Amino acid sequence: MKIVIINYGAGNIQSIQFALKRLGVEAILTDSETEIRNADKVIFPGVGEASSAMQKLKASGLDKVIPTLKQPVLGICLGMQLLCNSSEEGNTKGLGVFDVDVIRFSNEVKVPQIGWNQIQNLKSELFQNIAENEFMYLVHSYYVPLCEGAIATSDYGIQYTSALQKGNFYGLQFHPEKSSTAGEQILKNFLEL
Amino acid sequence: MLTKRIIPCLDIKNGRTVKGINFLDLRDAGDPVELAKFYSENGADELVFLDISATEERRKTLADLVLKVAETINIPFTVGGGISSVEDVEILLNNGADKVSINSSAVKNPQLINDLASRFGSQCIVVAIDAKQIDGNWKVHLVGGKVPTELDLFEWAKEVEQRGAGEILFTSMNNDGTKNGFANEALSKLSTGLNIPIIASGGAGTMQHFTDAFVEGKADAALAASVFHFKEITISDLKNELQTQGIPVRIIT
Repeated sequence: MKIVIINYGAGNIQSIQFALKRLGVEAILTDSETEIRNADKVIFPGVGEASSAMQKLKASGLDKVIPTLKQPVLGICLGMQLLCNSSEEGNTKGLGVFDVDVIRFSNEVKVPQIGWNQIQNLKSELFQNIAENEFMYLVHSYYVPLCEGAIATSDYGIQYTSALQKGNFYGLQFHPEKSSTAGEQILKNFLEL
Repeated sequence: MLTKRIIPCLDIKNGRTVKGINFLDLRDAGDPVELAKFYSENGADELVFLDISATEERRKTLADLVLKVAETINIPFTVGGGISSVEDVEILLNNGADKVSINSSAVKNPQLINDLASRFGSQCIVVAIDAKQIDGNWKVHLVGGKVPTELDLFEWAKEVEQRGAGEILFTSMNNDGTKNGFANEALSKLSTGLNIPIIASGGAGTMQHFTDAFVEGKADAALAASVFHFKEITISDLKNELQTQGIPVRIIT
């Protein structure tokens, strides 16, 4: 099985590669369209600021490639947010796979949300062997509101979408690679899709 | 619901843990990777590695260590100590650190906070503040609390937030090492006055002290070293106690 992690210069991809390695899988870091199209599974990571990450995607032409992928694609954190229509962060237009807009948490809660929160209303094969209310590690200031494609929700002052799916595209707001054994189980489930 | 975090802190010198580690069941208690693995498997929510080496090779030794830790553990970790440039941070983040903590370098060059936040995002920039209460005023101190400055803790904390820090690690020099509890009054003032998470540090001696830091101090996370390293408190006992006290924590089963 060939797993690629899209390398477009945004974020901590080393940790995802290490997490997969702990599961016995050697993932390839690449920005090559051919490599990405030929992969069995694609992971689309991202940490940092939305508009600059989007610029990097455009510079490499990957903004045209990613939405047309046919194999299972897993967007993590900013990767997931970039798969949405837009982000309030830097007024960024996204890749438009998920038909929803990313907005900022209100100042009634501390921003960024940093730490372990629970995931609920789990609705995907991605969450096989994951209990309702399992803890996941999150670090983010912007979020996806509740929406039709939600496959997990969390509570931070308000209920919001902490994971979503549309066809072969999956998005996780939390970091499975940093969420202990439960996070590793989700990565394992993705590899087995 | 977002839980309160418990964070063991490991002091690192030349790639080894130092300052009182008493882990008889570890093969090598001086090995930070082994200790990190122990804590990650026993309920720690995050780890902080604080490098106190003063050698020429420190940057490389620390970068190598970060890589090994990232390879081994499956929870987030922060690296601090002597970080003073965008390049330093880039290396550590690329090697798998989730966050970096800056302290003296931020006081000397506050623009560094803006530069790091815009380059890497606020979420990975922790500003550590060591402060001491003198005649009723909290003054920021540098070099591990040795050198006083004229900066007021609360004004500096506000500035740090405005410049884009994602989190503040506040150590009270009055409390550090005393095992008499955290500086809850100052913590509470920080936590309610700012809109970013505050990590409490300095003074942990009993489980009640952690409860107090969260309830009275309104801290978002609590950091400690010796009480964990000497197994005076285990993280699982602590979390069970906190849960009994009605504080939301991540209990691993």
